[in-house]
Amino acid sequence: MDPSRSCHFGKIEGNGHIEIAATLLLILVLAPFAGSLVAICIPAHKGTASAWLSGCIALFCLATSAGLYPIVAANKVLRYNVDWLPEFGLNFTLRMDGFAWMFASLVTAIGLLVVIYARYYMSANDPVPRFFALFLAFMGAMLGVVLSGNLILLAIFWELTSIISFLLIGYWHHNANARDGARMALTVTGTGGLCMFVGLMLIGHIVGSYDLDAVLSSGDMIRNDPLYTTVLILILLGALTKSAQFPFHFWLPHAMAAPTPVSAYLHSATLVKAGVFLLIRLWPVMAGTDQWFWIVGLAGLSTLLLGAYFAIFQQDLKGLLAYSTISHLGLITVLLSLGSPLAAVAAIFHTMNHATFKASLFMAAGIIDHETGTRDMRKLSGLFKYMPITATLAMVASASMAGVPLLNGFLSKEMFFAEAIETHKYNLLDTITPYVATLAGMFAVTYSLRFIYSVFFGPPPQDLPKTPHEPPHWMLVPIYFLVFSCLVVGVIPAWTIGPFLHTAVQSVLGDATPVYSLAVWHGWNLPLFMSLIALVGGVGLFFIMRPYLATSIEGPPFFRRLEGQRIFERVLVTLSWKWARSIEMRAGTRRLQPQMRVLVAVAIVAGTVTLLSQGFKPANIVLRNIDPAFALLWLVGMVCAIGAAYQAKFHRLAALVLLGGAGLVTCVTFVWLSAPDLAATQLLVEIVTTVLILLGLRWLPKRIEDPDDPEMMTISTRLRRLRDLATAVFAGFGMMLISYTVMSREMPETISSYFLERAYREGGGTNVVNVILVDFRGFDTLGEIAVLCIVALTVFALLLRFRPATESLEAPEQQRVQNAFDDDHPDRKKGDSIAEYLLVPSVIMRWMFPVIGMLAAFLFFRGHDLPGGGFAAGIAMSIAFILQYMAGGTRWVEERLRIHPLRWMAIGLLVATATGLGSWVFGYPFLTSHAQYASLPILGKIPLASAILFDLGVFSLVLGATVLILIALAHQSVRAPRAQIRAAAKLAAKENT
Amino acid sequence: MELVLSAGIGVLTASGVWLLFRPRTYQVIIGLSLLSYAVNLFIFGMGRLRVNAPPVLEPGGAGGLLTHTDPIPQALVLTAIVIGFAMTALFLVVLLASRGFTGTDHVDGRE
Repeated sequence: MDPSRSCHFGKIEGNGHIEIAATLLLILVLAPFAGSLVAICIPAHKGTASAWLSGCIALFCLATSAGLYPIVAANKVLRYNVDWLPEFGLNFTLRMDGFAWMFASLVTAIGLLVVIYARYYMSANDPVPRFFALFLAFMGAMLGVVLSGNLILLAIFWELTSIISFLLIGYWHHNANARDGARMALTVTGTGGLCMFVGLMLIGHIVGSYDLDAVLSSGDMIRNDPLYTTVLILILLGALTKSAQFPFHFWLPHAMAAPTPVSAYLHSATLVKAGVFLLIRLWPVMAGTDQWFWIVGLAGLSTLLLGAYFAIFQQDLKGLLAYSTISHLGLITVLLSLGSPLAAVAAIFHTMNHATFKASLFMAAGIIDHETGTRDMRKLSGLFKYMPITATLAMVASASMAGVPLLNGFLSKEMFFAEAIETHKYNLLDTITPYVATLAGMFAVTYSLRFIYSVFFGPPPQDLPKTPHEPPHWMLVPIYFLVFSCLVVGVIPAWTIGPFLHTAVQSVLGDATPVYSLAVWHGWNLPLFMSLIALVGGVGLFFIMRPYLATSIEGPPFFRRLEGQRIFERVLVTLSWKWARSIEMRAGTRRLQPQMRVLVAVAIVAGTVTLLSQGFKPANIVLRNIDPAFALLWLVGMVCAIGAAYQAKFHRLAALVLLGGAGLVTCVTFVWLSAPDLAATQLLVEIVTTVLILLGLRWLPKRIEDPDDPEMMTISTRLRRLRDLATAVFAGFGMMLISYTVMSREMPETISSYFLERAYREGGGTNVVNVILVDFRGFDTLGEIAVLCIVALTVFALLLRFRPATESLEAPEQQRVQNAFDDDHPDRKKGDSIAEYLLVPSVIMRWMFPVIGMLAAFLFFRGHDLPGGGFAAGIAMSIAFILQYMAGGTRWVEERLRIHPLRWMAIGLLVATATGLGSWVFGYPFLTSHAQYASLPILGKIPLASAILFDLGVFSLVLGATVLILIALAHQSVRAPRAQIRAAAKLAAKENT
Repeated sequence: MELVLSAGIGVLTASGVWLLFRPRTYQVIIGLSLLSYAVNLFIFGMGRLRVNAPPVLEPGGAGGLLTHTDPIPQALVLTAIVIGFAMTALFLVVLLASRGFTGTDHVDGRE
C-alpha cells in the first residue's frame, strides 16, 4: 500500500520513428556500460574476446549515432526523458542535438579505432579484459556527458569520467608513476568537478530548472544575475581543470604513464575535451561578458603559449604530445573567450581536427615505443629506414599539428589567426592576442618538426632495447584512417566535414550562426602571412635549438624548477598530513570516555539551544490524577534503574537482575497504558536479553579493585565523577521536562488517524499496530529484519574467531565442585551430578517445548487481528529452544535436534522479499498486500492477507536470528574446554622437547 | 500518570547516561539498555497516555484517535525493542571479543 512511484516516459514530440530514435539514445549510453560489465567477467587470458566485444560495442554505438544523423541534421533535438526525482527537478534526460551528435560520433569513432589499436598494443601479460571493461565504461561515461539533457545528470557522468580515467591512467598499478599520475589526475579533475557541480546547481537555482533546454534559453537571466561571477568561476574551475588549462595543466603530462591507447583516447577526443565541451555547451548562455573574456582568455592564452613552449623541451615523445595537447586546448579556450560566433565556429572545428591528428600521433608514438622499447628522443633517430609507413603517417599528422596547408589543422588555425586579429574588446589582452598566437604557432612548428626529425631522420639508432620494425598491419589501420581524414578534410573541407560542422554549429549558435567559409584558399591575407611567419620562424628556431635539444635534460630551462607537480604534492602533504595530524593531535582522542562525553554534551547543547530558541515553556507540574499504584510501580522502576547504575561495576549479576526489574516495570507500563503488543514483545525480549547477558557473564574478568576503597580515589577522579553525575542528572531532568510537557498537551492531528481509518478496510486486520508493520510500512519492516539478519551474522562471525581470555578457560566453580564430588564417590560416574542437577525443572523445561511452540503459533496467527504477530511469535519460539539448551546442555540438544538458524533466517528474508515481489506479478507496487479471510478447521476463521506471508518471513527471520545469537554464545562453553585441552597438549609437547 | 512516567523516563535516562561514561564495558552495556527503555517509553509517550483505550479495532469498523490508542508510536517502539535486543547482542559480543583480545574489560582495551 505504499504510494506508487510513477515512472512514465516523457512525451516526445513528433511521430513514431522519432520516439524510437529517442530510445536509441538510451541504448547508446547504456550499451558501453553493459559491455563493460560483460568484459569484466571475461577471464584474464581471453584478451582477444574482450577486444572483439569492445570493438562490436563501439561499432554498434558508432552505427547508432550515424543512424541518428538525419534527425539532428534536420535541426531537431532528440530527447529521452524518464522522471527520476521530478520533485527536485532531477530527471534522467538524454538530449541530442547537432553538437552533441558531433561529440558522440567523435567519441565512438575514435573509440573504435583505439580498440583496434589496443588489441595489438596490449601485451598478453596484462589483464586485458580489465582494460577493455574500463575503456567501455569510460566511453559510456563520456557519451553520458555529451548526451545529458539535465545538469545534475551531466555532473554525475562528469564525475564518472574522472573516476574511470583514474582507473585507466593507473592501469599499470605496479608502476609508481602510474599511481601518482592517476591520483593527481583524479585530485585535480575531481576537485574541479565538485566546484563545477556547485556551479551547475547555482545555475539551476537561477534558472529554476536543471533542464538543459531551459538553461540554454535563459542566457540573459544567467548573465544578469548577481551570482553570475560566482557561477562562472565555479564552472570554469571544472572545465579548466578537466581541459588541463594553466595553472591546472600539470596533471596531464603525468597522466602519460597510462598505456598509450588510453592516452590516445583520453587526451585527444574525450577526457580533456569534456572541459571544452562544457565551455562550448554553455557558451551561448555564459560567454560575452568581461569576466568571461578575462578569465577564459587569460587562462587560454597562457596555456596556448606555455604549452607550446614546454613541448619543445620535452625528451619523452608522449610528453611532447601531452604539452602540445595542452597548448591546442589553450587555443580552443582562447577562441571561446573571444565571444564572437565566428570564433566559436573555429573552436568547434578545431576540436574535431585536434582529435583526429592528435589521436593518430599518440598511436604513432605508441608504435615507436612498442617496436623500439623507448620513447626518449635522445636515443631515437633514423627510424625512417626501419618503419617507413609509420614515419610517413606520423609526418602527415604532425604537419597537420603544425598547421601546414592542405591539412585540417591548417584550416582551423587560419580561422584562429583571423579571429585573433579582429578586435573584440578594447584592452591589452585583446591587443596582444595575435602576437601570442603567432608565437605559439611558431613553437608548434618547432615541436612538430622536432618530433619528426629527431625520431625518423639522422644517423641510425644506437643501443635501442629492441630492433625496430613495422608494427602489425592492423595496428596501422586506425592511423591510416585518421591521417586520411586529416588529408581529405584539409583538401576538400566543404564537401567532407562541412555539413557535419554546420549542423553542430547551428545547434550551438542557433540564429546567431555566422556566415563562414571553409575554403582552403582565402587569398593573400594577414592570417596567411602569420602562418608563413610561424612556419619559417618555427623551422629556423628548430635548427638553432637542435644541438641543445639533442642532449638537454627533460623540461624547459628555468621553468623545470617550477614544477606544478611539486607544488601540488607539497600542498597535499601539508593539507592531508601535517594539518590533519596536528588537528588530530590537538582535538582528537582514541579514548572512548571523552568521546562519549563530547557526544552527550553536544546532544544536550543541541537539544537545549533548539528548545530555548523556539520558545519552549515547560508545562506546569500538576500533582493531581496520580494513580498510587502506578506511582508505586515506578518507584520500584526508579530504584531498579539507580540500583543497576550503582551496581554495574562490581556486582554484575545484581545489576542484571535490577535491569530486568526496570524492564518489567516498562512492560507493565505498556500493559497499563493500553499497548498489549508492546508489553508482549517487551516481556519476551526481556527474557532473551537476560539469558544472553547471563551467557556472556562468565567470560568477563573478576573484580580487580576494592569498590569503596577511599584510598583509590584521587581528587581528579572524584571531580570527574561529579561532572559525569551532573551531566547525567541534567540529561535526565531535561528528558523528564520534555516528556512531561509533550505528554500533558493536547494530541494534534497526526497521520495516525489515516492508519486507524484504513487498517481494516484496506489492510484487512483489526490490530492496527500489526497492520502498520506488515502492510502499510512493510518496506520499513523489511529493512529492519534485514538489519536484524546482518547483526546476527556479525555476531556469529565475531564469535567464530573468539578467543576467550586464558583465566576464563577453566570450568566454572560449580562444575568443578560437582565433578570433584563424582570423583570422590566410586559409585558415581563423571558428569552424573550435572545431569541430576535441577532434574525436575529440566523435565518441565523439556515439556514446555510443545507448549511454547503452540503459544508462538497462537501469537503468530492472531497477530493480524489481536495483539501478537511475527516479532513476538519469533522470539517466543526462540525461548522454547533456549529452554532446551538450559535443560539438557548444548551437546544433549544437538544430538537430538537439528537446528539451522542460518537457513531459517535466509528463508525468512526470502519469503518476506518474495511476498513483496509477488505484488509485481499482479501489477501492483512492491509489497502491496491483499486481504481475505479463510475458515480453517479447529483454528476457525483466520485472516489470509498476503501480509500474513510477509509476517511469516518476519517470524522465521526473528526466530533464526535470536536462536543464532544465543546458540553461538552458548557454544563458547563447549569450545572452551576444547581450547583448554589444546593448550594443555601444547604445554606437554613443549615439556617433552 | 504523565508526571510519574516522565519522572521514570528521567531517572532511566540519568542512570543510562551515567553508566555510558563509566570505564567498564559491562557498565556501558547496562547503560545502553537503560537508555533504550527511556527512549522507547519517550516515543511511546508521544502518542499520549491512555488507560483502557482499545488498541484493536472492531471487525469491519474504522477507528479514530478519540476512541483508540495511537498506533504509530507503538509500531515504532515494537521494532525498536527488537532492534534494541540485536544491538545489545552485538555489543555484548564485541565486548567479549575485545576482552578476549586485550585481556581487559576497559572500554579502551587497556587500563
